[in-house]
Amino acid sequence: MKKSLLGALAVSTMLSPVAAMAQTEVQFWHAFTGRLGELVAAQVEEFNASQSDYVVVQSHKGNYSETLNAGIAAFRAGEQPHILMVFEVGTATMMAASGAVRPAYEVMAKSGGDFDPDAYIGSVKGYYTSTDGDMLSLPFNASTPVLWVNRDAMTAAGVDPDTDLSTWQNVDTVLTALQEGGEECPLVTAWQSWIHLENFSAYHDVPFATQDNGFAGLDTELALNGPAQVAHLTAMGQWAQDGKFIYTGRRNEGGANFRAGECALFTESSAGYAGISSEAEFDFDVRPLPYWEGVGNAPQNTIIGGASLWVMEGHSDDEYNGAGAFLNYLSSGDVQAKWHQDTGYLPITAEAGDITRAAGFYAKNPGTDIAVIQMTAKEPTANSKGLRLGSFDQIRGIIDEELEGIWSGDKTAQEAMDSAKERGDALLRRFEAANR
Amino acid sequence: MQKRVTFRGWWLPALLIAPQVLVSAVFFFYPAGQAIWQSLFIPDPFGLSSQFVGLGNFEFLLSDRFYRASFGTTAVFSILVTLCSMIPALFLAVIADRLIKGSGVYRTMLIWPYAVAPAIAGVLWLFMFNTRVGVVSWYLGNLGYDWNHVLNGGEAMGLVVVASAWGRISYNFLFFFAALQAVPRSVLEAAAIDGARFWKRFWTIVLPLLSPTTFFLLVVNVVYSFFETFGVIHTITSGGPQQSTTVLVYKVFSDGFVGQDLGSSSAQSVILLFVVGMLTIIQFKFVEKRVHY
Repeated sequence: MKKSLLGALAVSTMLSPVAAMAQTEVQFWHAFTGRLGELVAAQVEEFNASQSDYVVVQSHKGNYSETLNAGIAAFRAGEQPHILMVFEVGTATMMAASGAVRPAYEVMAKSGGDFDPDAYIGSVKGYYTSTDGDMLSLPFNASTPVLWVNRDAMTAAGVDPDTDLSTWQNVDTVLTALQEGGEECPLVTAWQSWIHLENFSAYHDVPFATQDNGFAGLDTELALNGPAQVAHLTAMGQWAQDGKFIYTGRRNEGGANFRAGECALFTESSAGYAGISSEAEFDFDVRPLPYWEGVGNAPQNTIIGGASLWVMEGHSDDEYNGAGAFLNYLSSGDVQAKWHQDTGYLPITAEAGDITRAAGFYAKNPGTDIAVIQMTAKEPTANSKGLRLGSFDQIRGIIDEELEGIWSGDKTAQEAMDSAKERGDALLRRFEAANR
Repeated sequence: MQKRVTFRGWWLPALLIAPQVLVSAVFFFYPAGQAIWQSLFIPDPFGLSSQFVGLGNFEFLLSDRFYRASFGTTAVFSILVTLCSMIPALFLAVIADRLIKGSGVYRTMLIWPYAVAPAIAGVLWLFMFNTRVGVVSWYLGNLGYDWNHVLNGGEAMGLVVVASAWGRISYNFLFFFAALQAVPRSVLEAAAIDGARFWKRFWTIVLPLLSPTTFFLLVVNVVYSFFETFGVIHTITSGGPQQSTTVLVYKVFSDGFVGQDLGSSSAQSVILLFVVGMLTIIQFKFVEKRVHY
């Protein structure tokens, strides 16, 4: 008697949170920690408080690669979440897995919200849109690379902090001046392949890969060993040899150096804003990403990085309604505007941009709209719509290895990029075979 | 003169070895069989479809010169890890064995690092050698040495070797220490009376008597360095700079779990399994001859 009472008590305590609310649970797996993790948690909390039918449960699953891997492993085990955050590099993998994902536009439209595909900014959603024009995943955090400037470091080295840094030609001169002025770390970068090859190619309107960077078919080959890319990497390799460009690692390790005030110039995502604005104890500026004057059609537009939210197959209709409602909430003007202002990520709808402008945010925080302008100033071309390459995470790894060969002086830029193409193409052929 | 126990009937021996057979079947033969089966396909990551390619995955791997190069990297890495984890362990064990007081404390302290997970060990060492905030790299900088394992392949290799070997020293120490305790005192005392000094006694008596333990540790450490070190490499270098720390097992991990290429990853595990199997056979065939039980 006593035992069964205890048992019943234990069971009821275990069940009570769910039973009391009787809400449909929606699992949301993401890759955010730190400040961004707090902001995501706040969004989820606000959504849960705003209605009583659904409860979104957010969980952090590691970095981008680990989150994607966790989602895939969970799918294979039949334990997949409803919403999975996948970084832009995994887009081709997700698009090819039509049996594993449910198109976001479909889920959002069915859940009763007023889904309007035209509300989303073209160059942001384009990355995640099928060739038929359907938005397959919801762009969540989209950013684009910009140039961050430590104004105090410029002044300390005797360089006018307002110097024009819009072209790499100018940056070259400034790097020399900074070094001569005693600056030990004139330039540092995060995400080298994303910024100095992928975005570089789009910005100069030269192909990164054939078949419209993979948008037109799986039979794509890398084209990153073109003259424009090689010239840029040759210049950077020289800067690395001269100690004007300091290499810190394959991810965003350089951010720590810049935020600590140790480096003068930093090429990093516009989303670096959250971290830099909260940690930097110096005067900083945001500038557009530099381009080589006279190369390609520069400045064309830069492309996005970041992640989108994919809805996974295998759940009940009720749960999909919940997932759709959450995605609609995330797309709504005020939520997007707040996200954009807090993080520096691009607004995904034009409305969110307008709200932010109307609130006077850009006027109060000069430079925060630079990323938006840089992305949307020109209509994207076939070279600047984005990238859709299979096995792209591994290809980036190969590119990282080859770039390290340039920075250390072991290889010329041409040798390194020829090798990257050869190795990357082999992986693209495998991906083509796996998804035939 | 060996004493052999023979069983009548078959059910008792079968019952006695059943647990071992069962464990091996579930945790070894089944996964290994799966790996061999999967290595013949190129599947998509979600397991929705797969293409039979026969030996295509192996062909793809072996025609890749970067994959072939990682055999060399693996050899260097494994030899260094094995040496760096066994020699200091033996040295520490010999010292601990000579202690009369406080050897318990000494022993306990030496065993601690074994409890640290490889990935955590990786982070600890990375933190000490971080090119920006690392304590060790700061001291090296003061001495005029510019530590940069982010671009210098040799330094990166050194760092992952030390980080991988560090925790293993404890493990090896335990075995060496136990083996040293078992060396008969009477033999050592006799040698001492005959005038053999410490090092003479060590080379001619202790080391030969330790040979079964040394051989066991050699096999175990080689297997460790081949299979269990990807956590350290993942946290410290991710296989870089360039490919200087991309060992075979790290490539299995990164192609399978980061790149989602399960076909290639399975084929690589099969190759790795084969390599380690051959190595172990060689060790038993040639090295074991020099072991005195």
